[in-house]
Amino acid sequence: MFCEKSIELIRELHRMSDGQLPAFNEDGLRQVLQEMEALYEQNQTDVNAAKAEGRADLIPSIKLRHCCLLRNQRCITAYLYDRLLRIRALRWEYGSVLPPNVRFHMCAEEVRCLKDHGEFEIDDGTVILLKKNSQHFLPRWKCEQLIRQGVLEHVMS
Amino acid sequence: MSDALSEDGSDINQDDSREEDVMTPVELIAKLEEAWLNEKFSPELLENKSEVVECVMEQLTHMEANLQRVKKGDAKASIHRMEIDRIRFVLSSYLRSRLQKIEKFFPHVLEKEKSRREGDTSLLSPEEFAFAKEYYTNTESYLKAVALKRMPPNLQTVDMLKAVPEPCLDSFVFLRVKERQENILVEPETDDQREYVVDLDEDSQHLMRYRTIAPFVSSGAVQLI
Repeated sequence: MFCEKSIELIRELHRMSDGQLPAFNEDGLRQVLQEMEALYEQNQTDVNAAKAEGRADLIPSIKLRHCCLLRNQRCITAYLYDRLLRIRALRWEYGSVLPPNVRFHMCAEEVRCLKDHGEFEIDDGTVILLKKNSQHFLPRWKCEQLIRQGVLEHVMS
Repeated sequence: MSDALSEDGSDINQDDSREEDVMTPVELIAKLEEAWLNEKFSPELLENKSEVVECVMEQLTHMEANLQRVKKGDAKASIHRMEIDRIRFVLSSYLRSRLQKIEKFFPHVLEKEKSRREGDTSLLSPEEFAFAKEYYTNTESYLKAVALKRMPPNLQTVDMLKAVPEPCLDSFVFLRVKERQENILVEPETDDQREYVVDLDEDSQHLMRYRTIAPFVSSGAVQLI
């Protein structure tokens, strides 16, 4: 049935409801785009036939395919946009350096989109010189981000 | 806190003596906190308060400079330090709220900014406007590059204004009334209610739909809490 693959993409995201980012489904996307291409070509042929031969009985199927094309476009756009929103939320949480396992799930354009608009992020203030293995006594909120990125380690002793 | 601030207060007053409404540092910080709370609790992006932001940045620089002069180890220094950090946090949080709303509603924010009349205060500071436009372009090029350009020719654009949801102005907010307002029309919630009129007394607190009191937030007559 038409549009099933695109709904599957949406379901994939819906399954991971707490903002996790599943791997970019390159394959699924390609299949939906192929379906759209096929639908469009069929419609082109039918539209030409309807015009040339006056076959009005083709019109309902043309309309149906057009609706499917719109639905596929909407699902794909929703899928991509939702992924962007999740990545954005992760960015707000983790800062400029995303953990490698998240990066692994992103496609090349997502990383580019992120970088370009990452430059406008607000700078928080003082920059502390962090030489390797040096120890510092710092207020917690400044370290939290860096601890999460694995740059700093919380020493308890 | 009063020590560091009162030293600065005199500096700022001298610098701004040309301007009509000179604010004491205390008033300035109060204004920042008001703007911060309003922005945090409002469902839509509010007018930008770049004058407040700039003054606060100046204030912070003054305070930092003062702190350098205090001798190390003085107990007062850590309290002043905390005050500076506190103000810095509020400022960051305010700007962060705005950025998050800009990201969330970017086509609508840009549209609103485009259609505002000459002389109205702008919704976005120049930097925020550049950010919003860049965000729009980036999102559009991302969608195009990954999927839209591989779609049939008549489906290669997406109307962002329709695709991205608008802020929900009907969400409920808590508010405190600063200036008395009379005859506010409240829309009915259910079919068997009728619309009615309330007066908002000074210092009273209410829980209402944002849409009803939106103009009073921008005029400063109510404070969101």
